[in-house]
Amino acid sequence: MFELLGISPQALFGQLLIGLINGAFYAMLSLGLAVIFGLLNIINFCHGALYMMGAFVAYLALQHLGLGYWPSLIVAPVVVGAFGMMLERTMLRHLYKLDHIYGLLLTFGLALVIEGVFRNEFGASGLPYGIPPTLSGGQNLGFMFLPNYRAWVIVASLGVCLATWYVIERTKLGAYLRAATENPTLVQAFGINVPRMITLTYGLGVALAALAGVLAAPIYQVSPLMGSNLIIVVFAVVVIGGMGSILGSIVTGFTLGVVEGLTKVFYPEASSTVIFIIMAIVLLIRPTGLFGRAH
Amino acid sequence: MRDNLARDARPAAAPAAAPMLEVKDLHAWYGESHILHGMNFDIRPGEVVTLLGRNGAGKTTTLKSIMGIVAKRTGSILFEGAETAGLASNRIARLGLAFCPEERGIFASLDVRENLLLPPQVRPGGMSVETIFELFPNLKERLASQGTKLSGGEQQMLAIGRILRTGARLLLLDEPTEGLAPVIIQQIGATLRRLKAEGFTILLVEQNFRFAATVADRHYVVERGKVVDHFQASEIEKSVDKLRNYLGV
Repeated sequence: MFELLGISPQALFGQLLIGLINGAFYAMLSLGLAVIFGLLNIINFCHGALYMMGAFVAYLALQHLGLGYWPSLIVAPVVVGAFGMMLERTMLRHLYKLDHIYGLLLTFGLALVIEGVFRNEFGASGLPYGIPPTLSGGQNLGFMFLPNYRAWVIVASLGVCLATWYVIERTKLGAYLRAATENPTLVQAFGINVPRMITLTYGLGVALAALAGVLAAPIYQVSPLMGSNLIIVVFAVVVIGGMGSILGSIVTGFTLGVVEGLTKVFYPEASSTVIFIIMAIVLLIRPTGLFGRAH
Repeated sequence: MRDNLARDARPAAAPAAAPMLEVKDLHAWYGESHILHGMNFDIRPGEVVTLLGRNGAGKTTTLKSIMGIVAKRTGSILFEGAETAGLASNRIARLGLAFCPEERGIFASLDVRENLLLPPQVRPGGMSVETIFELFPNLKERLASQGTKLSGGEQQMLAIGRILRTGARLLLLDEPTEGLAPVIIQQIGATLRRLKAEGFTILLVEQNFRFAATVADRHYVVERGKVVDHFQASEIEKSVDKLRNYLGV
């Protein structure tokens, strides 16, 4: 079969793996964006910058505190989540009743500021972050070589995505979140502190981005621009999946990662544009996205 | 459960009782438009009181102001003697008030069970889910349905049922009969009489004074953001012409 297609199985599975890895990051980032858009009505353009901050927190914790990869998986989301909640309390809070464009402009500005600060401090070239020793090496699967760390990234992000989906769709806390997404005024009139819930949700969304940043650090290196390289594609994923759809973000994230990988095998020239072509087609046929609901 | 409710029940409309809710010189605004122009009324524990009036008279705004949903309001709203006019709506709800909006506010992304269990308990002694199913048997059969897949009448039952669980003793109901079939209206009326018998205090907004007359102890007539008249239940028959005039029916 591979001879017929004129490609080697190594190339095919290699690109599939890269696609799954990219898809894992698309899924985790677009999931956070979807949750934030649903409740805050804000298109969080600084999501990529916060993802980058997650990677930097891990890097700095290792350099200055000797804190390794595993503790950073907790510490970086907590630190960046707290930073996000501070942003929400001091700035985003004032924009909820305004048009989306204001939130988009503010968060875009924040992204530029955050990236500028890190660029000024650390330069634009990547800083190395090692794979944790427990996950070095890999498995020879016969048809391909699977590095342990990459397998871990796929499993971990899938686990995080499914856990987030479960909490939102199947628990009482998630019911509050879904209800407040639909009608925050009424949920608050039932006695729920909706403003606090919004702050925590934003914190959770950006903590997911920071977690993705830590997972990405050993693969892509740590660089101030790592977020802006990724975030444009992630926004395309969000548009294709449907703004605000939880399951949609996860499925679309992984699927588009794989589609991108396969395009690299079969028609490499289109690999960097295929997602945007799909986005254009989806927008023409289903403007609310594949999983979106009309509002 | 029933013992519990009986113990909480207060003698209906005891004239000497201090008001449970006292609204004094309440003004409210939506943006620049001044909607309430000095509302004055009160409700004693265990009473069912209606606000009657035409569309746009300010009845719904009154309920939303009491609940803290209308942010721009002045005047005084005393609930069990405590001032609530400056509080956020979640704080007000925690004092023991519950609101059932005119549009019912059933959540489409929640199933019936989740809708029913959504409002948190604000006080001990709320109705059990079994008692709510006894009042509204339809809900029990549709627990797994999406909230907004219910019929209008079932959605109204769900909207009332879910606030009975919370332990709130003052219920603010905004036109619970609007758009419903007569048989459903009768069922809602029977429910309200039962809630009254169990000691709930109810502030009911209505345009349908025929329905209101079957459940309420007293009626306030609202016009242009003010209370302009007041009837006891016993006076309603001889005041029908006056009421028709007020309500334009």
